[in-house]
Amino acid sequence: MPFTQEIGEATIDSLAYVGQLIHLTAGAARAVFIDPFRGRKVRYGRAIHQAMTVGVQAIPVVSLISFFVGLILALQAAYELRRLGALHLVAGTVALSMTRELGPLMTAVVVIGRSGSAFAAEIGTMKVNEEIDALETMALEPVHFLVAPKLVAMLLMMPCLTTWSDFMGVVGGGVFGVMSAGFTWHTYFQATIEAMVRRDIFIGLVKSVMFAVVITAVGCQEGFTTGLGSEQVGKSTTAAVVKSIFLCIVMDLVFTSIFYITAPR
Amino acid sequence: MAEELIPRSGPPADRDSAAISVRDLRVRYGDREILHGINFDAPAGQTLVILGGSGSGKSTLLRTLVGLENPSGGSIWIHGKDFACMPESARDELRKKMGMSFQSGALFGSMTVAENVALPLREHTQLDESTIDIMVRLKLNQVGLSGFENYMPAQLSGGMKKRAAIARALAMDPEILFFDEPSAGLDPIIAAGIDDLILKLKQAFHITILVVTHELASAFLIADRMILLIKGQIVANGTPAELQASDQPRVRQFLDRVPEKELTAEIDYLQMLTGEIPPERQ
Repeated sequence: MPFTQEIGEATIDSLAYVGQLIHLTAGAARAVFIDPFRGRKVRYGRAIHQAMTVGVQAIPVVSLISFFVGLILALQAAYELRRLGALHLVAGTVALSMTRELGPLMTAVVVIGRSGSAFAAEIGTMKVNEEIDALETMALEPVHFLVAPKLVAMLLMMPCLTTWSDFMGVVGGGVFGVMSAGFTWHTYFQATIEAMVRRDIFIGLVKSVMFAVVITAVGCQEGFTTGLGSEQVGKSTTAAVVKSIFLCIVMDLVFTSIFYITAPR
Repeated sequence: MAEELIPRSGPPADRDSAAISVRDLRVRYGDREILHGINFDAPAGQTLVILGGSGSGKSTLLRTLVGLENPSGGSIWIHGKDFACMPESARDELRKKMGMSFQSGALFGSMTVAENVALPLREHTQLDESTIDIMVRLKLNQVGLSGFENYMPAQLSGGMKKRAAIARALAMDPEILFFDEPSAGLDPIIAAGIDDLILKLKQAFHITILVVTHELASAFLIADRMILLIKGQIVANGTPAELQASDQPRVRQFLDRVPEKELTAEIDYLQMLTGEIPPERQ
């Protein structure tokens, strides 16, 4: 097959995949935001259970990773800032980096690994065991039944986890600031607050919501398209993680560009 | 997935006596046609057994009848309504009057047996929890699973999973029940128990039952009518006695369990493996 044809087919396949994700997300969004007003409620009990799994149980690993990332950021920033005699800017550097970028992104990576893969595995196994078919024969729409509770849980938990990640990153940076940069905890947090504006936190939260949608859509879509056999469930799970990470990076680029273009001069 | 259906002009003349009427049903997967113009009726209140070997298309036929596949031609009339041409919302309303038991049971692993059986009642009715609880216990009692309400599907044996799946299929008091290989993978005693349960369901509730199977002993025990599918076509349609008395070679080969002629020549193996006619034979 000519190389140009391969590129063309790959592009078409990618666009078709994005179309499938949009279709799935639209169905789930309708189930969450419109159907309750038509008498078809989301399974809120299941959504709460998913929220516990997606959010609460992820707190320890998100805390550790964000703490270390904050500490690493502070070290890397201080490495250059002390040559310029601007070590006092460490607090602001860590805060802006965490809230605008690394808090949402590191949280997304953790959630992809824990929950995005679990979504694909759960739905993929159900597909292999004919449980998805059983739902349809019982007049239960699989997107409404399976995807909507997950979307509710992710939309609630991702912003919360991201906010917590931002805080733990600041604490990590604060450890360096207090031990090596002449801050006290009070002055460090004061410098952090002074460096940030509301927009910085808003940017991070918008990204976290978009990452929540991507992770849910990709994980569930990979589950629904699982082939027959247990090996295919493993392939779907792997594909869910890889594609989620890639699409989250792409979304990050898009929204960072938008926020840069629309930033006040 | 099969292509979209081209609707017929009206229901078959004898639709009033049949719960399900199938006319010239065709199903394709891509370029390959699996069912080639299937015609049959499932009489109301009777058990129709769909017999056939592996690859005959009987599972595809069952999946099409319950709406999991879309036909590429022909029609399916269920209680006088063209099932294949309905919008999805109308199909869902009809599905609430049907129940299906899958080969592996297809119980939801994250729910207990009681929660599995209660699911259609919780989603489709306004019944309060205490009434649902009573109905669940009643359905489990009907299939001989009283006391297993709080068991998870993973804790059940194969036969018990099938019984739990049947209880779930009965939850909404369906008018039509579908069974996909109900005896597959079960020992003879457990399989006989499932056969007995199917007979009792028909006698007690006058449900129309469609069973897909290749187990001859079960088929002849439970069937009021039988159809034999071979390579996507019906080769026999009648009562168990009529099929047993048939002298058609394909029917006799299936019922008498006669294996395919042994391949002795290499060229026969080549043709069997590749599915293509070798140049020497063209």
